[in-house]
Amino acid sequence: MRLYVDSSRCSGCNACRVACSLSVFGENNPKKASLVIEPHFPAPGVYKVRVCTQCGDCAAVCPTEAIKQDAQGAYYVEFSECNLCEACVPECPEEVMFVRPELADTAWKCTACGDCVAVCGTSALWLGEKEAVAA
Amino acid sequence: MNGYGGHILRVNLTTGQVKKEPTPADLARDYLGGRGFGIYFLLKEVPKGADPLGPENKLIISSGPLSGLLVAGGGKCDWTCKAPLTGGYASASMGGHFTAELKYAGLDSIILEGISPKPVYLFIDDDKIELRDASEYWGKGSMTVEKMMKDKFGEEFQCAVIGPAGENMVSFAHINHDFGRQAGRGGVGAVMGSKKVKAIVVRGTKSVPVADLEAYRKAGMALYKACKDAEGLKEWTRYGTTIVTSWCNEVGALPTRNFSAGSFEGAQGIYGQTMREKIVVTDKGCFGCPCPCGKYSKTKKYNSYVEGPEYETIGLLGSNVGIDDIEAVAQANLLCDEMGIDTISAGNVIAWAMECYEKGIFTKQDTGGIELKFGNADAVFKMIEMITKKEGLGALLADGVKKASQEIGKGTEKFAIHVKGMEQSAYQTHNATAMLLAYMTCDVGAHHNRAWAITYDIQVGREKVVPEKVARVIWLQHFRPMFDVLGACRLQWVELGIDRDLYVPLLEAITGIHRTWEDIEKVGERIWNLTRLYWARENADFGRAWDMPAPRFYEDPPKTGVTKGQYTKLEDVNKLLDMYYEQRGWDSNGLPKPETLQKLGIPQELVA
Repeated sequence: MRLYVDSSRCSGCNACRVACSLSVFGENNPKKASLVIEPHFPAPGVYKVRVCTQCGDCAAVCPTEAIKQDAQGAYYVEFSECNLCEACVPECPEEVMFVRPELADTAWKCTACGDCVAVCGTSALWLGEKEAVAA
Repeated sequence: MNGYGGHILRVNLTTGQVKKEPTPADLARDYLGGRGFGIYFLLKEVPKGADPLGPENKLIISSGPLSGLLVAGGGKCDWTCKAPLTGGYASASMGGHFTAELKYAGLDSIILEGISPKPVYLFIDDDKIELRDASEYWGKGSMTVEKMMKDKFGEEFQCAVIGPAGENMVSFAHINHDFGRQAGRGGVGAVMGSKKVKAIVVRGTKSVPVADLEAYRKAGMALYKACKDAEGLKEWTRYGTTIVTSWCNEVGALPTRNFSAGSFEGAQGIYGQTMREKIVVTDKGCFGCPCPCGKYSKTKKYNSYVEGPEYETIGLLGSNVGIDDIEAVAQANLLCDEMGIDTISAGNVIAWAMECYEKGIFTKQDTGGIELKFGNADAVFKMIEMITKKEGLGALLADGVKKASQEIGKGTEKFAIHVKGMEQSAYQTHNATAMLLAYMTCDVGAHHNRAWAITYDIQVGREKVVPEKVARVIWLQHFRPMFDVLGACRLQWVELGIDRDLYVPLLEAITGIHRTWEDIEKVGERIWNLTRLYWARENADFGRAWDMPAPRFYEDPPKTGVTKGQYTKLEDVNKLLDMYYEQRGWDSNGLPKPETLQKLGIPQELVA
């Protein structure tokens, strides 16, 4: 399972990011969300949203094996095992692997929980199966 | 404190001192936030008779307990001060993302005090709070500066910026944010300009505490679900506020050529449907909103980008100035945003000047050679620039339509469309008595959003002058502005029709205090009476005469359109006021009776 986005439908409201921080940390703090909305204003007046594709590149380089896979195939960070080394951050092709020690004493990422989907009024976000990887 | 940032930030611009104070728990309990905090500080701290553009006036910027949380539309920010436009109470509500950012920085309100000796901007990055030199930004357009600041500090920072009109203290200057959201009315931008504050830039990375996390998540999710399930979501998201343009034209409520008619022969060119097809590129939402009414547009004719136009702008800078081209309306909207003036007041006062010109009261000598006729878009663009610079005729119009018409005389006061000095927004009220009363009694002047009663007029019979209409207006005036107190948008309730009781468990889970809507409306009534007392405190002759509408609505019926020949008789205007004062517990001059204040528990310290 992974999150998909159609950026052209995004209105930049950030409800998804509040829901995400609540899901991941139990906090109201979109700075601790696992997806990114980039506004491009005043021109060309669009939002670009970046979400985790659950590719697993972060898990592959984690020296403490803190990034694990759940039964649905989504990767999540086991907070107690993260040592904030940041090895995962540059590996993420979508730039949605986060380490910000001033905000949290662990790395974090999207767990494909779907709470962001539940609050998105423009149907810009949805959950789906991961695409089959070509052999 | 649960649901709050926890601090009030005082910025003394005269001394350069910034100071944080804990948000008083009893203030949060009794006034909740937003407009409630605004009127409390205005009455308590701004001395009687303060010059709106002087050091004694304060600009009070407040979020509310629903701002920045898992609340559909939790993005409203209130800007309160003494209004340069009217000399009374100003409270402008701004959408976007600013109010959420205040909360994440641990702030509920910012109070700007005094006057800075030089142009500055207020920089807030969590606990790092500084006044910084703004000389490189002074004189520049509001969105130009916002872009410069986003480039300099990054997208995580939210900016509220005044344009050159705010710097020049145009009496209806506004404050711009998020490339197209404004604190629009009453001249709040002029107050910020008088204090020489070009911008406020804020980033917060703190979490906002709530009383019961699980109950809050459940109630928040339920609110979003109700919005997403609402039948009107799709159409509303597609057209936003412009959805009402065609309806207004059909029922004769679309202001046309300075409110002389309610239907416009060129309306098709400015309908929401036309706009969507021709210029809209993106739906743009305020913080947390699942039903974004913001439409971001690109014009071909002018090769420009602008958020909007909203319905009010279409009414005032479209039909009211005789323009039938949505691209021209969008361009006028952009100029107002960049220069920093309110589109509603601008469209209203320019239409008044156009009528003066067409009646021969103004000549080309007065206009600086401009052919100031209805329908001339280039003339509108030029007037926006002249108002901003207070140049030529623009200097007169920059004072607003009330003062301009008083200065010119010659009967022009009769078609100066305002109440209490605030230009009327985009609903024609020759024959819509509840909406007329809503404008007459609105707490900032002729503004629509406190009581949008026009649909009720159509529902029960527009010409009727009955107590039910008055009661409806009063209920709306208590209930609707409470969203500006709570720091959230009312459109989820108004437009999508969701059950308002969904907010009750949500507010309780956030603040830990149980309140019914009845409790919340009581706070609304207390605030409404306080704003009335403020007007009376600041204006020795304040009373019934201040509530009268423009004479056009009782003397000068439309000559064209579906409301041709219709108007409200002066005796009915007075009857509306009589019933209104009685239902409110006010005397025949429109001032709250002592027993009314006592019943509402209004503290003596605020009314002394």
